[in-house]
Amino acid sequence: MAQRAIREYDGKALFSKHWEKYFSGFQYGFKSVLVSSGDELRKKANEHGFEWLKQETLVAKPDMLFGKRGKNGLVLFKDKKPGDVSLEVAASWIDEQISHPTTLLSGQHGTLTHFIIEPFTPHSEEQEYYISATTVGEDDVLYMSTEGGMEVEDGWEEKVTEVVIPINMQDANIDHLVRANAPVDLPADKKEAFISFAIDFFRFYRDLNFAYLEINPLVMLEQNEMAILDLVARLDDTAGYLMLEDWGKIEYPTAFGMEDQSTEEKAISDADAKSGASLKLTILNPMGRIWTMVAGGGASVVYADTIADLSGNVSELANYGEYSGGPTTDETKFYADTIFDLMTRFKDPKGRDKILIIGGAIANFTDVAKTFTGIIQSLEEYAQKFKKIGVKIYVRRGGPNYKKGLKDIKEAADRLGLYMEVYGPQTHVTDIVRMSLAKEEK
Amino acid sequence: MSRLFTKDTQAIFWNNNRSAIQRMLDYDYTIERKLPSIAAIVAPTSTAKFDKFFFGNAEIMIPLYRSTAEAAEAFPGADVLLNFGSFRTAYDVVMEAIELDGQFKTIMVTAEGIPERRARTMNQAARDKGVTVIGPATVGAIAPGAFKIANIGGTMENIINSKLNRCGSCGLVTRSGGLFNEMSNIISLNADGIAEGVAIGGDRFVGSVFIDNLLRMESNPDVKYMILLGEVGGTEEYKVIEAVKSGKIKKPIIAWCIGTIAKHFESGVQFGHAGASANADRETAEAKNIAMSEAGFFVPDSFNDIPATIHKVYEDLLAKGVIKEIKEPNVREISNTRKARNFICTISDDRGEEATYCGIPISKVATPDTGYTLGDVMSILWFKKRYPRWAVDFIETVLKTVADHGPAVSGAHNAKVTARAGKDVVSSLIAGLLTIGPRFGGAIDNAAKYFKYGFDNNLSPKEFLKYMKKQGIPIPGIGHRIKSVRNPDLRISSLKKFVSENFPSSPILQYALEVEKETTSKKDNLILNVDGTIGVLMVDMWRELGYSDVEIDTFIEAGALNAFFILGRCIGFIGHILDEKRLNMPMYRHPWDDILYDVEQLEY
Repeated sequence: MAQRAIREYDGKALFSKHWEKYFSGFQYGFKSVLVSSGDELRKKANEHGFEWLKQETLVAKPDMLFGKRGKNGLVLFKDKKPGDVSLEVAASWIDEQISHPTTLLSGQHGTLTHFIIEPFTPHSEEQEYYISATTVGEDDVLYMSTEGGMEVEDGWEEKVTEVVIPINMQDANIDHLVRANAPVDLPADKKEAFISFAIDFFRFYRDLNFAYLEINPLVMLEQNEMAILDLVARLDDTAGYLMLEDWGKIEYPTAFGMEDQSTEEKAISDADAKSGASLKLTILNPMGRIWTMVAGGGASVVYADTIADLSGNVSELANYGEYSGGPTTDETKFYADTIFDLMTRFKDPKGRDKILIIGGAIANFTDVAKTFTGIIQSLEEYAQKFKKIGVKIYVRRGGPNYKKGLKDIKEAADRLGLYMEVYGPQTHVTDIVRMSLAKEEK
Repeated sequence: MSRLFTKDTQAIFWNNNRSAIQRMLDYDYTIERKLPSIAAIVAPTSTAKFDKFFFGNAEIMIPLYRSTAEAAEAFPGADVLLNFGSFRTAYDVVMEAIELDGQFKTIMVTAEGIPERRARTMNQAARDKGVTVIGPATVGAIAPGAFKIANIGGTMENIINSKLNRCGSCGLVTRSGGLFNEMSNIISLNADGIAEGVAIGGDRFVGSVFIDNLLRMESNPDVKYMILLGEVGGTEEYKVIEAVKSGKIKKPIIAWCIGTIAKHFESGVQFGHAGASANADRETAEAKNIAMSEAGFFVPDSFNDIPATIHKVYEDLLAKGVIKEIKEPNVREISNTRKARNFICTISDDRGEEATYCGIPISKVATPDTGYTLGDVMSILWFKKRYPRWAVDFIETVLKTVADHGPAVSGAHNAKVTARAGKDVVSSLIAGLLTIGPRFGGAIDNAAKYFKYGFDNNLSPKEFLKYMKKQGIPIPGIGHRIKSVRNPDLRISSLKKFVSENFPSSPILQYALEVEKETTSKKDNLILNVDGTIGVLMVDMWRELGYSDVEIDTFIEAGALNAFFILGRCIGFIGHILDEKRLNMPMYRHPWDDILYDVEQLEY
């Protein structure tokens, strides 16, 4: 992974934590709480420092990485009229939201679990601005607009000013560049403050290793007080080891509506985390007919591509994943066990044999015979189930010690009475996909 | 630069990754390279000076350095840096290497997961200095028949099977390292192998991108056609399309982007590398394949059809005469029973007809008519060079000067006491030698070390005294029990005379004499003594003979200066021992009245 989204609440917490260092000319209250239920919110309101939950009117919305919450009717800012939401109204609204599944306009579907609650900030449209930064190509780009709010996407070209900032640009030049390219329609009384905030914002984005950071709208109140009404942030998680202090403990939630990982996927990802090797598994269709056990990241993609292309029906593909980086025999066996178990749970509805692709490119340094030992051990355990459900196995691999690996696995299949075809580097890497499907057609 | 590497290319390898280095050397041997492709290894935490590797069936030593700068200084011709530092250190290694202006033309970075901002910073810094970065997150690159980076190509068996041992006619660029091997294999089966290949790396921000490599291959006369294996995500392929449209690239390109599967899945499933996720429609594999096909690239219908496409393009170029048939070169075989040696000898050899000193038979140095004297033999066996006459004379002068200093010094005394106890020559000699150390004879090393430091750092004599005071030790090589300015040590006088008549120059001696002026102005007997004179003159001699500072420091650290004293004084000790044997004096017992007894009285 590289760029990972964080919650709005966590993004604001980062602003707050570093505010003095980056935005010393401005004020920010950071009145935000993150809760999972109405009760949690009520409890929070009794804690020291959160008295404002009872004293002010509130805004509540889900904090689960998806946008367009207003359009989805998921921003609570009025009970009877805008800006009258009390603690109790917010708490019961949250309880209502978590009691049923929600489908977004985008089609994402799931149950809401996390909400951010903040004070309602009365302000005029003129006080709203837009600011964001991200990486485009090799450069950073700062986007600014005097028009905040959700409408900004309509008419992006006219309303948003872009400043392209090369990676090696010095601070003084960045200041100059942003100043020279600030939106032309900034009101005179806010111009200086906005430019100065934009420069601070860019440094904050850059130094904290954000991959994307957007405030929309940013509300400029009196006395240089800033209200961050909505925020989207992604971090470059590879910088995590540099940012231990600056980020603190940060959570990377999965996207809303993404089905939670199955037990099997989770087991593989746990094994992956513990191992020096790489073990990845995503189940695409548990009823699928074609199962893959492919070594190597690149090869796993071309197998998936080829299966989709040649089968003409992507739902045939049951799983995607890879093992690489020299896994031990035990790790390979565990990985094979997991796939073989999933594959033998259901018979093909049309009564056809399942296809198991044990594939891989020519390894650079992984010992093929050693990894195949783990697969063979697993085949021995699952041979009966394979025969019961009907499985045709196609093997293709090259690399260190591949001849022994191929010979061993073929002998095992013969001994166990399994159907298996075995190919080495002389056969094109994905050609076993074509062969397995061609066999089917006959 | 039309070719990335040639058969003369040498690299500095950052991190002593023994197996990867050995694979490179095995490749070198197989393709009959004269020089190993690794000139030096940077091993920041190692204390060793070199490591042993096989070059074919023989063993060679590759020097180790603590820093890239030291390795680069020693091998100014090594213009490739293979950076095998981890994702934490790789960035600093690259930035330091780029700063060594003009040293590195190519830097390969293997680490995966370098923070994006750091990767971008180093990639840009490299571009600004005209340095090609391959990676991060790559297995590297290869110029078949010339130079191969680390593990690319896999085992030697696969390298031969995939014809990566000699130059073919395809220029190959991939993202993935795993599929690089596969593509090499496909190209060898369906065409005549590759001329140059680069796996640019799987991270989102890599140094050299497809277009950089393809433009170079366009100008490489060995490359007749190119293969681009791209991936879903990013827009780098479009730069290649632009270059083809504008005529910058004219050679045929076969292209395919993997990850067409991704279109079937809305989001969430990460297919392949960190760089491989499409943020926009034009970044999908399908869109790029269509765009490349429309631009006239040879794009197969699916990955499975790549072999047929390659075969067709190759046959076509062969028929047109653009590609000629290749005569397969000789492949040197490496024995699989080669064995690492436990000991190394670099000075003499007793295996032939006659034992040799650095290749010179003993009979050619032994007798006077050969023109070799004892000093010549010493310079050969100690420093692996025959020194010029003035240096040899100096060595011999030193030996003669330190040969003996009477029976009262501790070493001679010990030797005499031991001989009188009835022990043999060797035991008595060792008893005498064991006293040589920091207080007896050891000043030579430190005199050389400190005066060299003072001179090299332009410390004035006063500053030097201040510096030595801070070190908290008396100045080594300064001071004598009896001799003084008014009562000079004649050994030193004659040494100085010899030097002024024979040494081309002696700056450190002159410096030490300046210091002496300062010390003797405080106390008459604080003269530069014989140890100090010899110590600084040795450094003057080595500098005059062209040794680098690193080499001279190594000599001093190894104790070579002290060794002159040890060797010279053996002559005197043996003299005293033989003297005792002749005199046959009885066992020596020290008189009671010469010992102060002040014994603790414990209760018992």
